Amino acid sequence: MAEAHPVGFQWVMEAKGRGAKVFHVDPRFTRTSALADTYLPIRAGSDIALLGGIVRYILENELDFREYVLAYTNAATIVSDEFVDTEDLDGLFSGYDPRTHTYNERSWQYVGQEETTGYRAADRERDTAAGLRHESHGIPVGGQVRRDETLQHPRCVYQILKRHYSRYTPEMVERVCGIPHEKFLELARAWTENSGRERTGVLIYSVGWTQHTVGVQYIRTGAIIQLLLGNMGRPGGGVLALRGHASIQGSTDIPTLFNLLPGYLPMPNCHNHATFTDWVDSIRHPGQKGFWANARAFGASLLKAYWGDAATPENDFCYDYLPRMTGDHGTYQTVLNMIDGKVKGYFLLGQNPAVGSAHGKAQRLGMANLDWLVVRDLFMIESATFWKNSPEVETGEIVPEECRTEVFFIPAASHVEKEGTFTQTQRLLQWREKALDPPGDARSELWFFYHLGRIIRQKLAASDKPRDRAVRDLKWDYPTHGDLAEPSAEAVLKEINGYEVATGRPLSAFTEAKDDGSTAIGCWIYTGVYADGVNQAARRKSRHEQDWVAAEWGWAWPANRRILYNRASADPEGRPWSERKQYVWWDADKGEWTGYDVPDFEKKKPPTYRPPEGATGVQGLAGDDAFIMQGDGKGWLYVPSGLQDGPMPTHYEPAESPMRNPLYGQQANPTRKVYDNPINSVNPSPPQPHSDVFPYVFTVSRLTEHHTAGGMSRTVPRLAELQPEMFVEVSPELAGELGLAHLGWAHLISGRAAIEARVLVTDRLTPLRLDGRVIHQVWLPYHFGREGIVTGDSVNDLFGITLDPNVLIQESKVGTCDIRPGRRPTGPALLELVDDYRRRAEMTGGRPPIVTTDASEREVG
Amino acid sequence: MGLKTFIEGWPVYRQLTGTDPLGRGAAAQSARSATLTARTETADSMARSVCPYCAVGCGQRVFVKDGQVTQIEGDPDSPISRGRLCPKGSASKNLVTSPLRETTVRYRRPYATEWEDLDLETAMDMIADRVIAARDETWEDTDDQGRVLNRTLGFASLGGATLDNEENYVIKKLFTALGALQIENQARI
Repeated sequence: MAEAHPVGFQWVMEAKGRGAKVFHVDPRFTRTSALADTYLPIRAGSDIALLGGIVRYILENELDFREYVLAYTNAATIVSDEFVDTEDLDGLFSGYDPRTHTYNERSWQYVGQEETTGYRAADRERDTAAGLRHESHGIPVGGQVRRDETLQHPRCVYQILKRHYSRYTPEMVERVCGIPHEKFLELARAWTENSGRERTGVLIYSVGWTQHTVGVQYIRTGAIIQLLLGNMGRPGGGVLALRGHASIQGSTDIPTLFNLLPGYLPMPNCHNHATFTDWVDSIRHPGQKGFWANARAFGASLLKAYWGDAATPENDFCYDYLPRMTGDHGTYQTVLNMIDGKVKGYFLLGQNPAVGSAHGKAQRLGMANLDWLVVRDLFMIESATFWKNSPEVETGEIVPEECRTEVFFIPAASHVEKEGTFTQTQRLLQWREKALDPPGDARSELWFFYHLGRIIRQKLAASDKPRDRAVRDLKWDYPTHGDLAEPSAEAVLKEINGYEVATGRPLSAFTEAKDDGSTAIGCWIYTGVYADGVNQAARRKSRHEQDWVAAEWGWAWPANRRILYNRASADPEGRPWSERKQYVWWDADKGEWTGYDVPDFEKKKPPTYRPPEGATGVQGLAGDDAFIMQGDGKGWLYVPSGLQDGPMPTHYEPAESPMRNPLYGQQANPTRKVYDNPINSVNPSPPQPHSDVFPYVFTVSRLTEHHTAGGMSRTVPRLAELQPEMFVEVSPELAGELGLAHLGWAHLISGRAAIEARVLVTDRLTPLRLDGRVIHQVWLPYHFGREGIVTGDSVNDLFGITLDPNVLIQESKVGTCDIRPGRRPTGPALLELVDDYRRRAEMTGGRPPIVTTDASEREVG
Repeated sequence: MGLKTFIEGWPVYRQLTGTDPLGRGAAAQSARSATLTARTETADSMARSVCPYCAVGCGQRVFVKDGQVTQIEGDPDSPISRGRLCPKGSASKNLVTSPLRETTVRYRRPYATEWEDLDLETAMDMIADRVIAARDETWEDTDDQGRVLNRTLGFASLGGATLDNEENYVIKKLFTALGALQIENQARI
């Protein structure tokens, strides 16, 4: 955090100054480690074993915050007797289908609800990263659940969790992670001792955590701990994600993602969203409780914002204009389709996949096989020049005179040359004022896409093709101003906020959304950002003039709420858990919720409210159902539905690992997304032979002085000067073993590529002794490429493409490689080197074995 | 130089006798620094902005004089950053004024070995034509069972996490109306 989010880290130091204990877990000792109380080195890819060890420590010693756990989590809920755990199936849960490598979730359900979920096409859900739609809400569950408030029932979640993690002992943590067990116990003690009524603990991760084949389950394990310890929805608690781009949260909420529409509404698929009603019912699940009951209003209002007057209740608001998914249309599948010649055009908007995405060669060969490419950036990036300056041009795999891709580079406006909002990592929208006009041909994305749309609409204005109606009917009338005809960002923000169609009055809350066409809302979770016709995101009341919650600085979704699920900061009766940690509470005299923040609860619903028999929607939530976006109002220790890879996190080895999984016969995530394409490959891991060809583990991350793929930092003289060269950090022990000299050169080889880097010998990396052997890890920054002021090989070239099954994010924080002293060969000799390794490892194509236990046979039978 | 002037020239004297006992302001000022003026004081305008790098969202103040950015510094009012910026945020002025910035359209013809110039209006028109053509060539009305698809997989887009919410909104809106599904950004990687 001190490296990649230094200014955010000031608050960790502030907390430390007030007595907080800071633990840092990382494969490499960093600036964060230097300032922490305790640093724990960890083997990359083993975090679930560590966190699972903490869960076991809490449960074995009954250190959970019992009142919180009983009231606000599903610990007491009883699970189906059809459920079988990984502990009994050698690393698989019940319901695994070895033909599709997916689970049928039926047996994971709460008891009595086995039929409510039924068969969901799990492979299709994996292909469309369906889990992402739960970013703002949990999956619904039906009816009333059976509970055992004593937590003794053998099939209640609490007991299932306890059995599941029973083997995650301190000794096992040491064997899997390489963390000495006394250090583990120090962490476990500090975390539990600093949680409860009087104290809270926070878990902070950077999004490298998501770049694993079990990335979602990493975060799930953290959530289990924080729920057991009562750290969710309370000040100083939570699971905080440190995201890496100025508005990456905004571009998820208002998604430039294939499987979502704004506000986490799913992009329809052709299989089960044939009609508008099918689509909204799949979101709201009629008859079930929770806030998603209003999904019909959110869906109708979005379509109304898109298609304006053309969208009417009679034509289902032009629902038929929406394109339909049939499977995986994600970035990696798309790139493989480019290589296969199926894609003609590509826009790159401030992203540099030639350096930033996994398997750089696949990215570049894909772009070299397009008809046209449009690059919008501030600088000439590697993804714009792959045809003249790339590793493949050197090796002869791309020949400029034979590469047909037509490339348009359209310069972009910088953040000071346009106005608009960023959503930062805590869901806070901040409006930026424009300082000056962009230079020359540089234009904002707002300008580029508004005018591109305007020109396309002009060209199609006379078309009578049915497919062009969605374009012609589009509401595309943003006012423009100035010499450049810049569209009004405020007008767009007002549409995002939503307005009453008849009067144009901006809406104040998403509860005003209607399903009759009388409201238009571009992104329902952002409703309120333009309340009362005021740009709330532009608020800049000084921190000196308001309290520590700072509710009048910018605007946070939803409803300017700064801590989600903050109903849990009060006890079931609505009283603060302690005076020290009071945040939101029930004011009995006024009959309403109040506090420092906007209560995450219906303002007038008393803690004593119990839903009448058969109540659905919001009325179905009781006065102590703190997790209001969850179908049962509870924080989920156990997830009966909605995850591809199991209801509880389980340690699997990375897709590429030098180690056999010490916990299960099942080596790696049995539901991970793999691609069969000749360009892609996975280095062998046990129990396959030849894993010794790639004996070292490498991991990558950021430097303070550079940003992502380097397009905004290797091009900036000050920053280029501070970190001028690609390097690899190597422990003194490994340097000795390989004969690597400090400041000399080394090259690293995987089944995809070989790259070179300067050697930095440092004890920031330490060999891990685990399971009777030594594992060496090396670290590299992923910022380098061939353009800009400072250049170097791109480490993402070393990675293959294997994805997390829930969200289709690639495993690019851990891989295996070999390391040799000296510089890599160049030209065709470079290809020969990589081919030689592939031959030795027998990487002949095809997918690696997904199931590595014989338990699956029992399951299928 | 008289004795009084000589003694008053000592910073420590000014520190002990003046209004700056910590010696961090006027007491430490030299004759030369007394003649200097901060760029922030002479700027024509100041815009309140947000750092463009990571997602912490540090407040920035952007100072402009004579149509040039002359200074970018932390916004002390921000409850997030309290006026601080990291090395990248502090280099923001260097980012927006970098000599490497491209400010004209660059065009690479198929099979060409070099860039050439193109005017923006022509480029926009050419891109619009290519989008329409790719869409027409790859359009899918229905699947083989007659179910509605109403889409094109003929072109794709990548990026959005460095852009504004308003920009992401119009990108998604336009692509969806065009039937284009393959829109992705940094959140996927």
